[in-house]
Amino acid sequence: MLQRKTLQFMSMMPKNRALRYMTGYGILSILLVMFVFLGVNTGSVTYSLSQIFQEEMAYRIILDIRMPRVLAAAILGGALSVSGFLLQTFFHNPIAGPFVLGISSGAKLIVALSMIWFLERGIHASSIVMVLAAFAGSMLSMGVVLLAARRVTSMSTLVVCGVMIGYICSAVTDFVVTFAEDSNIVNLHNWSLGSFSGMSWYHVRIMAVVVFVTLVCVFLLSKPIGAYQLGEDYARNMGVNVKVFRVFLILLSSVLSACVTAFAGPISFVGIAVPQLMKMLFGTAKPIIMIPACFMGGAVFCLFCDLTARTLFAPTELSISSVTAVFGAPVVLYMMMRKA
Amino acid sequence: MDKDYIRTEKLSVGYRGKVLIGDINLCLKKGQIMTLIGPNGAGKSTILKNFTRQLMPIGGIVYIDGRAMKDMSGSELAKQVAMVMTQRIEPELMTCFDVVSTGRYPYTGKLGLLSESDRHKVNEALKLVQAAELAMCRFSDVSDGQRQRIMLARAVCQEPELMILDEPTSFLDIKHKLELLEILKKLVREQNMTVIMSLHELDLAQKLSDVVVCIRENKIDRCGPPQEIFTSEYIRDLYGITKGSYNAELGFMELEPVTGTPKVFVIGGNGSGIATYRKLHREGTAFAAGVLHENDVEYQVAKKLASIVITEKAFEPISEEHYDRARKVMKNCEKVICCLTEFGTMNEKNRMLYEEGCK
Repeated sequence: MLQRKTLQFMSMMPKNRALRYMTGYGILSILLVMFVFLGVNTGSVTYSLSQIFQEEMAYRIILDIRMPRVLAAAILGGALSVSGFLLQTFFHNPIAGPFVLGISSGAKLIVALSMIWFLERGIHASSIVMVLAAFAGSMLSMGVVLLAARRVTSMSTLVVCGVMIGYICSAVTDFVVTFAEDSNIVNLHNWSLGSFSGMSWYHVRIMAVVVFVTLVCVFLLSKPIGAYQLGEDYARNMGVNVKVFRVFLILLSSVLSACVTAFAGPISFVGIAVPQLMKMLFGTAKPIIMIPACFMGGAVFCLFCDLTARTLFAPTELSISSVTAVFGAPVVLYMMMRKA
Repeated sequence: MDKDYIRTEKLSVGYRGKVLIGDINLCLKKGQIMTLIGPNGAGKSTILKNFTRQLMPIGGIVYIDGRAMKDMSGSELAKQVAMVMTQRIEPELMTCFDVVSTGRYPYTGKLGLLSESDRHKVNEALKLVQAAELAMCRFSDVSDGQRQRIMLARAVCQEPELMILDEPTSFLDIKHKLELLEILKKLVREQNMTVIMSLHELDLAQKLSDVVVCIRENKIDRCGPPQEIFTSEYIRDLYGITKGSYNAELGFMELEPVTGTPKVFVIGGNGSGIATYRKLHREGTAFAAGVLHENDVEYQVAKKLASIVITEKAFEPISEEHYDRARKVMKNCEKVICCLTEFGTMNEKNRMLYEEGCK
């Protein structure tokens, strides 16, 4: 009798799981549409639908200012949280992320340095150059973190190392920004705090290409990522080429976080908090489910935070990082408490 | 069947280019169990890691089924060799079913989706290790014994020809130990699986293995069938036992005997005295035992624990000579305990001893 019940239970479970996944994706889709709509429709002036199509001014504001900003927030937020998911897998550490490990700050430093270098010579640096600079910075910090990871085995020590690297990079950036002589530095200062403002369609096109190509690669890696979650030894036993796989994981997560930093500056806590929230929502850590979920969740989270940053004390705009920290940090705290 | 399934040629293993154990020449046929025994830190795990390619050999070659292991691709090897290691895994939010299903990795497609037949095989493996009811439990919520069975199911699911297990019975209680090893036996019998493992339990190794490999001080000390390896002297020597003793023939260990002149004389036989011997030993009382036939079950225990044992040859009535000796020893004791209630013809002298002891 008992056995029959368990059998029944077992045959039911996959269906239940499928239902849970569907519900999860459903909720995320609804939120995504809702926040895109709200984001486009909220600002210092509100327009009705007819105004948008009749008035040139309204059309321009919606299409050229708000739309790119909303899309950028969605794409970059998604990228950031997928990057966080990859780093958590890599380090087997639930509180790893591009920001806490100092990778975003490393990217920020190199981007700031190259911006100043270009500005002094009166050259306008293209976004692609900025992405490359950010990538170089990410890899630099990543290298230091990996060296630290070889020596320290404890998860918390590694995170502390990352935070320290982040502080050093931020301090150097602040120093450089303070002493740089250019009127354009105001922009740089805003950027170094993190913001989605000032996005153009050109920016959106570049980030979309970079992020989606990387995402496809990440998704194709979901099988070995799943194996890697059982630990390196078992992954190897299943036939994963662990060395190559690790390099890919590092490269892909760095590209994603570098892209975010290049366009919007360092954004805190999205990389840790969103994957954790998604794991709770979906009740699984399976990469094939988590990768799309993290992307959607990150998009929703950043849209929401950007909306808050814009509207809470309008017309003054908050820096995006302070908003993501307010909503993301409690999630991280909760995670750590539960672990302990 | 006379071909070796696993063969190593002048294998040397170690870490970072430093040889820990060299010149390893082992061979094992299909469907056999090889057990690695030896003291902690001797290098059992290091050797096992070379069979799963966790470590690359520093020198020499490992052949599996006639092919050099280093020439096999990761996925080819995964279909041949599965492992259960000592290190614990902490997979996030995975059910036991999920953990076991990772064993299907070498067989699934690019995205690792499970087919209907994969699911079936996962369920079969779970049934084999008697853990079907755990399928939907979180892996992090089940007990150590259950985890170990799940990890075994994972390895089974990988449909390997060779199974590598590193101390699969550590953390397990006696019931789970026996169950786990029973499952291994079943795999060997039914699926002609080949097993290489390390074990700390000598008694179990002796009962289970076709080939026993003894590793000591970074070399293969001995290798052969259990009946050749398991002699009390050799095991004592292998592990460097100086306190207490290990009875290799019957597979039990005893603590150091209490030495000195016996204070208690125990008349035992037929297993009746074992409890008394242990009690006296625990209390730290030196005692003598007799007269015991050498084929008596309790002879082996008395030999290890008593300070004096008076024995008689198997199947012989107790001789006058041994009886006299027992009387002499008994006279010097403060107390006599007789564990026997019936005496047979062979044991007649023990009754006389008892009657004398009563005075």
